[in-house]
Parts: sequence; structure tokens; C-alpha cells
Amino acid sequence: MLLIPCPFCGPRDESEFGCGGEAHIARPTDTDRLSDADWAAYLFMRKNPKGVHLERWVHRLGCRRWFNLARSTVSHEILAVYKMGDPPPASVAGQEARRT
Amino acid sequence: MTQKNRLPEGGRIDRTRPLGFLFNGRRYTGFAGDTLASALLANDVHFVGRSFKYHRKRGILGSGAEEPNALVQLELGGRTEPNARATQVDLYEGLIASSQNCWPTLEADLGAANSLLSRIYPAGFYYKTFMWPPSFWMTYERFIRRAAGLGRPPREPDPDRYEKAWRHCDVLVVGAGPAGIAAALAAGRSGARVILVDEQAELGGSLLSRKGAIDGAPATHWLDTALGELRSLPEVMVLPRTTAYGYYDHNMIGLIERIGDHRGGSNGGVPRQRLWHVRAKQVVLATGAIERPLVFSDNDRPGILLASAIETYVNRYAVAAGRRGVIVTGNDTGYGAALALAGAGTAVTVVDLRTEPTGPQHETARARGMEILAGHTVARTFGNGRVTGVEVMPMTADGEGVVGSGRRIECDLVGMSGGWSPTVHLYSQSGGKLRYDEALAAFVPGNFRSGQHLAGAVRGSFGLGAALSEGFAAGAAAAEAAGFRAAAAPVPAVEGYEPAPQRMLWVLPSSKPLGHGGKNFVDFQNDVTAADLKLAVREGYRSVEHVKRYTTTGMGTDQGKTSNINALAILSETVGAAIPAVGTTTFRPPYTPVTVGAFASRDLGDLLDPIRRTPTHGWAEKVGAPFENVGQWKRTWYFPKAGETMHAAVNREVKAARTSIGIVDASTLGKIDIQGPDAVKLLNWVYTNAWDNLAIGRSRYGLMLDENGMVFDDGVTTRIGENHYHMTTTTSGAPRVLAWMEEWLQCEWPHYRVFLTSVTEQWATIGVAGPNARKLISELTQDIALEDESFPFMSMKEGHVAGIPARVFRISFTGELSYEINVPTSYGLALWQALMTAGEKYEITPYGTEAMHVLRAEKGYIIVGQDTDGTVTPGDLGMDWIVSKKKPDFLGKRSLARADTRRDDRKHLVGLLTQNPSEAIPEGAQIVGELKPRPPMKMLGHVTSSYYSPNVGRSIALALIEGGRARIGQELHAALPDRNIRVTVTEPRFFDLEGTRVNG
Amino acid sequence: MVEPYLRQSALVHRGLSRAAAGAMSGAGIVLSERPFRAMVNLRGEASDAGFLSAVRAAAGVELPLQPNTTQRAAPVTALWLGPDEWLITAPAGEERVLVPALRASFGERHAAVIDLTESRTVIAVSGAHARDLLAKGCTLDLHPRAFPVGACAQTGLARAGALLHLVDEAPTFEITILRSFADYMWVWLADAAQEYGVALRTE
Repeated sequence: MLLIPCPFCGPRDESEFGCGGEAHIARPTDTDRLSDADWAAYLFMRKNPKGVHLERWVHRLGCRRWFNLARSTVSHEILAVYKMGDPPPASVAGQEARRT
Repeated sequence: MTQKNRLPEGGRIDRTRPLGFLFNGRRYTGFAGDTLASALLANDVHFVGRSFKYHRKRGILGSGAEEPNALVQLELGGRTEPNARATQVDLYEGLIASSQNCWPTLEADLGAANSLLSRIYPAGFYYKTFMWPPSFWMTYERFIRRAAGLGRPPREPDPDRYEKAWRHCDVLVVGAGPAGIAAALAAGRSGARVILVDEQAELGGSLLSRKGAIDGAPATHWLDTALGELRSLPEVMVLPRTTAYGYYDHNMIGLIERIGDHRGGSNGGVPRQRLWHVRAKQVVLATGAIERPLVFSDNDRPGILLASAIETYVNRYAVAAGRRGVIVTGNDTGYGAALALAGAGTAVTVVDLRTEPTGPQHETARARGMEILAGHTVARTFGNGRVTGVEVMPMTADGEGVVGSGRRIECDLVGMSGGWSPTVHLYSQSGGKLRYDEALAAFVPGNFRSGQHLAGAVRGSFGLGAALSEGFAAGAAAAEAAGFRAAAAPVPAVEGYEPAPQRMLWVLPSSKPLGHGGKNFVDFQNDVTAADLKLAVREGYRSVEHVKRYTTTGMGTDQGKTSNINALAILSETVGAAIPAVGTTTFRPPYTPVTVGAFASRDLGDLLDPIRRTPTHGWAEKVGAPFENVGQWKRTWYFPKAGETMHAAVNREVKAARTSIGIVDASTLGKIDIQGPDAVKLLNWVYTNAWDNLAIGRSRYGLMLDENGMVFDDGVTTRIGENHYHMTTTTSGAPRVLAWMEEWLQCEWPHYRVFLTSVTEQWATIGVAGPNARKLISELTQDIALEDESFPFMSMKEGHVAGIPARVFRISFTGELSYEINVPTSYGLALWQALMTAGEKYEITPYGTEAMHVLRAEKGYIIVGQDTDGTVTPGDLGMDWIVSKKKPDFLGKRSLARADTRRDDRKHLVGLLTQNPSEAIPEGAQIVGELKPRPPMKMLGHVTSSYYSPNVGRSIALALIEGGRARIGQELHAALPDRNIRVTVTEPRFFDLEGTRVNG
Repeated sequence: MVEPYLRQSALVHRGLSRAAAGAMSGAGIVLSERPFRAMVNLRGEASDAGFLSAVRAAAGVELPLQPNTTQRAAPVTALWLGPDEWLITAPAGEERVLVPALRASFGERHAAVIDLTESRTVIAVSGAHARDLLAKGCTLDLHPRAFPVGACAQTGLARAGALLHLVDEAPTFEITILRSFADYMWVWLADAAQEYGVALRTE
């Protein structure tokens, strides 16, 4: 069970949260002109790194706010939490790009 | 003679409290403070069970969690528990235990014939024997099922109570030996919240088993003082009889506390066991080490124990388990057992694998004139059951062979010490990596994770002095890391066991080749021998994980606590690779088995999952109505009159709603309050139709799609103010829809000024449907005009009904003239009763979910989740009319333009009529075009809804059928296991096709 | 106005007024329902001083800006629910005053006032073992160092969503839950409290 630091309520047990998968997936605009392949990529194609993964989570049983979280998929260590709309902190952004 | 092996004095048992118990039907006596194992040994009972595969006679091997042999069936009836380790069962008055894996009795076991057939039970026996011919597998499986398994599960409900709870602390210390107690002291003195757990009834660990001195006094004096201090610290919780069974992410530790086991179960409200989920800021692992057996010929006879167990039984339980002892050891700790036995008056010979033994205990033994055979091996053992002697032989210098001739030593007790393996289970579960230490011949923790500290034997620090100094240091470091100031504590001076060089021989040499004449057991519980492991390598297995599964070594209830390293070392020697290169198997929770009841706790029966009640629940209960589960809600299913069948009741309810008035509690429908200037933008995104021109006070039906274009909810939304909407959702979809809209708002459109709030439970919703609905309500309201002109279909009015403030929606899920009256929830029952009373003259009829389903199916109204399943588009439902062509975008729109969602042969929602009008097709039935005598047949789709409709006068059904709309008029078949039903495809509407009834 | 006797609490069927006669001495846990409390949900910008002063003017209470805390100005309490969400509680019936007052006070400001009085009920758990009892169904750290008097938290309790508020040193926790869960929660609490001895009380 992870201990997740909600940026609003503080550290809470994983059971209070829901995971929304990969973060920073923006919905395409002008979807009418999008090819089927590009639309499918938005819907289904996600990273599956062994290493740092940027995810979005919601504090379902608490403040009901969504936020972003950087987590190592190997150690489950949570490296950063940051608010929706913010870019990942520089430290984890570098690690995420490396993706070993 | 009772307790013939009990020493006249010493030990930590309470001789004033004798306890009677039954083992295999015979009555014995022990003392408070005994385990079942120590009490049996006190009575000279060594032979306690049969081995798993060969049914060989087995005795108690260890004194704690490592025990592979002494597994017993505890207690009877609902309380019976299989695979209890006799070494961890605290004795209590009236305890009942019996041996497992033997039939009809322990002494005359028929399965022992397996031993004679051992040539056909080699490594991988099951894989080799039962694979061919494949058609015989079913026969084999019956045989295996009967032979497999150890104890028997209970067949009656467990009468005991179990609890589980969450707990937080600054420092959790696992293991209350010297290192753990020192750590708890250091952390506790800082004011930190500390939990100290130990699996044993008495705290102290090795201090209870070994003779030692701290600060010039017996070690137990220091122990008593330390425990006294810990108990005086208000923020320190001490949990004896508590096993840390699992180490999970972010310092979450699972504990199982045995509160009532030593009293035979739960007592009144006091539970039998409590499962703790502990979230610790810092964890100190002081889990100690487990002694390894030596691998020699027939090393499994009853009476052959781990040396440390013999020492523990003497010092802690005052039991000398034999009259004439032989200790076989490659290190100095084995001498502890020899000295303990000698002190108890038992004659002892030490067989030391080392050619030049050293060590403090060895020196003491030699000084006392004990017989010590250096550079010797045990070549074999004797006995028919209990060991009666051993053959010892001098070894060649390299330890690979023997020289000279053997000498037989008569004995009834053999102790063996193959060195120690740190108890790294929890450390490994936490993700810690292991490092092989050549000098210790053991895996030790290789790295230190943040939030985790290790102290004492678990680190490979086997001396008492190291345990204490590392314990104090780890406790202080943990407290500091948790934000407390820990003062340096003086480490006491010790006099006790200190390590000395050891000699490792993984298989002791003998005059006969391995596997001839006797069996050299490595894994006692799974009957795996050194020869089995070598055979597996010869057959091509190299990976330790494969060898484990092929030979079953390290499996079972003990998970190889005594066998893993020996097996690994033999594997490494055989393949010619270093031990670290061979690697270890994975340690997984639980450390020792945990009763399922503890995980379940009170998650049983009505408390298995929350039950949600509507305002009319109690009323429906009183009139004897049954309920249906809809998500967590209980909804009234139907309202039978005395003696009425469900079919008759539903028919009556369905008729009443179309002929006079039906009334239904629809409070469970999801309701979401939507406020803000951008509310309409949100609605335009989540619904497929357009919302820009909805007037205040008017309602509109909407369909929601996911981004794949598939229907995922529907409902009616009403504009109740300039920027204020009241959305309704399906009952089970309510939380999902709110979460869905919140996710879009917060993640994609954070600039939208909209607030969403669930108001599902703010309003009780009572639906009133039928030709007389308007008449009835008009009698109960003065301030709401009900005529069509002022209150048309799909609109809302505020006012009072039966004197209660109400929002009345004129919407319909039945196709009848219908109103949904929303009142504050605490007045829901009052409204219901007012309507029932005033409606008597109209024979107002309450109806449940079943009648509601029939009524809407007659009209062809869908239920999302019943007529749809996540693969259904609006087009599939024939609802293209609700999909806006003008809106530039909405959620799911792009997916509707995919080639696949535009195919003509997708499954369409259609109606089905049976040839026999009184026969209803079972829901879920598969529909086929061409019937064949047996499957496979091409399936065209399935029935989603099916009822008998008294209003249509026949059965009706909805189905999703491939290319269904083009098949209208066609005859198809519902293929059932026992019969086929001929059906005709129709439009998915059966009643009031013109749709005029909604106007009354 | 509607007859008040027609109003029913979520636990009325448990017959608590009759059960109250039971012995209370020695019980480690006292359970009671505190029904009908006025509850008004507020949404707005914490950074907007005008919003905060509008609440102060209409409800007479400061909104707590510190997470998991409350502000009390008897008889009104404001509980922090999230970065832009609060719950204002007051004695029964006060919602009829609070809701229009807050709405009027906000004017055209983008803020929301939602009456949730009918949606919820309050079960009070009091007594020496109150923390131990809640720990059986709640993952929060309820130790006084982590959860002092006045603290509040939205969390899970016995697999239902719950708002916990520690109101005194007894300790007494007020548990605000959705009304439909009340019976389930009551049965769960009473069963879990068995090992401590449990008494029921009417308010």
C-alpha cells in the first residue's frame, strides 16, 4: 500500500485514491480532422516505463482533487507530486526522459 | 511416567500451573509457559508426524517459526486449524491436537508404503508420472488430490471473532531479542511512538535460550529491567505473540496478533486475533537468524533436532530431550547445546566438522572434559523411528570423503548445527537486495533502504555485544529520522556468545555414495534430498527458481526456512557456480501462515459491503417486500400481497401504473448540482445533444458517451436557474458520472467556472405514474398548477406537495402521465405515506424495480448497463436522433466517425417476440440464425431484457442482434441448453407506439 | 410550514430513544445519532479576500484555510474539505437562514452554496476507546499528535466515505456520512465496539 502525499490533504493511504493513468495527456483539438491513427494514439497509446512514470491521481475519498505524481515503477518511490496543469519538476522530468 | 524429560529446576515455565492436553487422543501434562512442542518433549514424545511424500516418521526439529515437521491439526469442529507449528502453539488447559498426513493412525500409517516405493518418487515425480497419457489426467488428479495437502480445513463456520485495525507509529521494531529491545529502548526514550513486536509469547529472543551476562548479571535481569522501562513509556506499545508477516510498500507492515489463541479462542468480545496494518515512519528489523540443519544420511529421524532448539528446550523450558546426546556442528554455537545438555546431566559427544575447533564455548566444553571428535562426520544414523545411534567417521582433510572405519555411538538425541542464516524475509519483501557473505556462508542484507534500519543477527552480527550496540544505534537513528532527539545510551558490557570461525560442509561425507543406503534430507517438509537436487541438475535444470518448482524444495508452509541455503549451496556445488551467481528465490509474504479469518475480520454477511437504504426502506420491509441489490443500494423489487407470487405481483403492479396510479421510490437516481457560468459548456461536452437553448424550468434527456463513442450513462437534466442545472443519472452510474465530469473539469478544462456537487441524497424522489397521477397530486398541492399549458411534459415546478417543499419534475420512465416529486430526504416517507393515503380511492399501487423494468421495456426505453455493455453506440441503439450533427465536438464524437462504428452489421437493439406468447426468453440467451444439432453455431447476438408484459398481453424482449434493423420480420432462434425458442425480430417498442399516453 | 413530526432521522427505525435506557457505566464507547444538523457546502476561491469576508458577514465564521482544520464561532462551525471547498454546520433548521444569506452575500461572485442538510447525518463516537474503534475501519493516523481536537478529515470509514471531526477530549468524534449509509455504519460501529463495551445514547 502506497502512502500518497495529496498536495492538499497531506499523506494518505493509497486506498483513498484513484489512479487515472499517465499524466499530461492533452485531448486533441479539431478532432474532426484527426486521422483514425492519431485518434487511436490519443485514446490508447501510453508509456509503460521501467523507471519514473508521471501519473495523475485523484483523492477520491478526500478532497476529490486531481493532481500529478511522479512514481518509480520499480521501487514505488514517489519522487514528486505537483498540481494539475503544472509541468513536472525539473528533477523528475530529466529522469522521466531517461527512462531505463 | 509424566514429564520424564522435565528438569527438576530452571526454565521460564510456571511449575505452579500444570496444564492438561490431548495429543493424538492421549492425555499429557505440561506447564504454563510451555509450547506444545516443549510439552511433548517434556513427555519424551518426539515422533509427532509423517512426512509429506514418503510418510516417514518425523519429530520436532526446531523451536520456533522455522519448524518444518511438527505440524499439527489443532482443535475440533469450527475451531480446527491445520498446519499449526507445535513449536509456536502456546500450551493451554484442554488443548487438543493431532498429527497430520497419516491414516488411520500415526503409528500404523498406510501411506508409509510410499517410502518403500521411493524409487518411483524422485524429483519432479508429479511432472514425470502424471503427464501421460493426457486423457488419464482426470484419474490422476483424484489420486493427487487425496494424497496432497497436509491438514484438513474446517467444515463448520469459525466461531471466533477476529479484528483488524490500522496503526501508525514513528518507529516499528520487529523482533524483541536483545537487538530489538535495545532499539525500542533507544527510540522510546526519545518520546517517539514505538511499536515493538515479537512472535513469541515471551519477549527476549535469544536471551531466553542462551546463557549470558549483561553488566555482570544474568542477561534475563537486564531483560526484565528493559521490558519494565518499555512498559512505563506511554508512547511505546509492546505486542508479544505478534508476527510481522508482511512488509509492503512505503513501510506498511502487516502484523498478526494472537490475542486469544493461548486461551483456546476468542472470549466474549475479546477477539481471537487482531490483524494490524502498521504504517511506520521508520522500521527497525531485528529479526534474528535461523540455524541450518546439516545434510547427512537419514538426518530426519525423530530425536534429531537443531542444536539451538536443544539448547532452547533445556534453558527456556527445562526440558532435556534425551538421555544420551550427540551434537554435530561446524561452528561454536553447537557447543551451546552440548553445554546445556551436559549441565542437565545428559552425556554428550560433540562431532566437530572442524579439524582445529576454536571458540569460547568449545574451550569451555574441552575444559569440562567433554568428548570432542574434531574433523569427524556423521556417516549415518540408526533407529526404527526415534534415533538410537549414529555412526561417526574421521574425514579426509578436504571434507569430501571419509577415512578409517566408523564408530557407532548409541544415543537418543542428536543436535546439528550447519551455521546460521539471517532472517532476511521481511527485509527482502521490502525490496532489499541480498549479498552473500563468504565468511558467514549466508546471505545478508546488501543495501539499506531509507526509512529502514537493521540490527543484530539479521545483519550477520551474531554476537550478543554486537546485537546490543547495533540495536541501540538503530533505535536512535530511527528516532532521529522520525524527527526526535535521541540521546546516546551507554551500551552495557556483555559476557556471552561471540562468534568464531566455522567450517561449512553442505553434504556430510559418508562411506556410501549419495543416495545409496539412506536419504540426506535438505527440505524436511517437502521430502527433498540432496540426491533429488543433483538429479534435477543432471536433467538440465539450472535456474534456482526452476529447481525450486521442479523439486518442490522451499515450498510448503515453512517456505524453506531451514532448507533454502543448503539447497542453494548443493545446487551451486553441482553446477559449479558460486552461490551468489546461483541467486536466491523470492521471499513473499506471509512470513508464517495467517488465518484467513483475520483478513476477513467483520467483512462478513451484512457487513461485507455497505448497504444503502432509501427513505421508504423501513416501510417496504414492514409490508414484506423483498429487495434487489443495485450497486450498494437496496431497492424494493416488488410488493407481494399475502400469498401472491412474484409473477402475479409484478403483473398487478404493471397493470396498475397503466390503468390508475403506480408509485415508486426512485430516490436512488443520481442527482448532481451543476452551478456556474460555464455549466452549459460542460453539458455540451458530456452529452451528445445540444443544450444551449434549454429554458429555465425545462428538462431534457441526454446520452453520455465515453471517448470510444460508447454509451455509458443517460438521464434527464433540468435547468433550474440562469447558470444552475440539476442533472440526474442512473442509480449505479451516479458516482461514475460525477467523477467523470470532475476529471474533465480539473484536468482538461480547469478554466471553466463550474462547481459540481452530488445531491443524490438531498432529495427523496417519489415517482407517481398513471392516468390518475395528475388528479391525485392536484389534491395534495395548492401552489403548483398541473395543467399541460403551465406544466408541460419535460418541465419542473417548485412548490409544496402534502405541505412539504417540493421540486416536481414532469418526466416519465413509463411512458405514462408521470411526475417525479423530489422532497427533502427526511420527509420522503411522509410524502410516500401522504400519497398512499390520498391515493387509496384510486387503488394506488406501489411498484418495485421489476415492474419499473417491464414498464420501460414496453416502451423500449433502454437501461444503460443492461441493454448496453460498453460496446454500444447511440446508432446501435437506434438513437442517432439524439446525436447532434451541429456541435463541433463532444466527448466520444470522433469515435463515432470511425469505420468500425459506422458498419451496417454492428449489433443493433431490436425487439424479439416469441412464437408462444406466454413464454419469456431467459435474459442472456444467445440468438442464432441457423440452428444446428450442437454448438458451434454462429451467434448473432443476445437477449438483454426479457419480461412477460400484461399490458401487451404477451412476452417481450430486447436484444442486441448483428445487423438487427435489417432483420426486422426475420425468424431467428434463441439457443438454450435444454430447448430452442423460435423468435421474430421486431422494432424495440411494444406498447403505446404513438406515444400519446404521456399526455394523460 | 410542514409538520416537524413528519421529519424522520436516518436512524429513527433503530428506536434509539427507547434504547437509551441501557446502562452507560463502564462502556468504552458511547454511540449516538446527532440528526438534522444544518450543513451547507461552500465552493469558492480561498485566495479571494472578498469571498472570505462575504462568508464571514453571512455566516459569522472564518473559513479555515489550513487543511484538515475547522473554525468555530458558536453555534456555527466551518470545516475544511478541500482547497476550494468547505462545510458550514449549524443547529437544525439554520440552513433556512444560512443558505439565502450566503447566496445574497456572494452576489455575482463565482461561488456556490449547496444545502446538503438532508444528504447527511452525524453519528457521534465517544469514549476512551473511540480512537481504537475508528482505527478498525480507517487508515488515518488518529493519534492526538496527528489529529488534535478541532481536526477534521474526509476519508474512508468501513468502506464508506466519511468526514471525521474530533470535537472534544473525551474523545468524541463526529462522523458525517451520507444518510443512506447510516444504518450500515451504525451496525458496523456497534459490532466493532463490542470488545470495549458499548452504550447507545439519544441527543
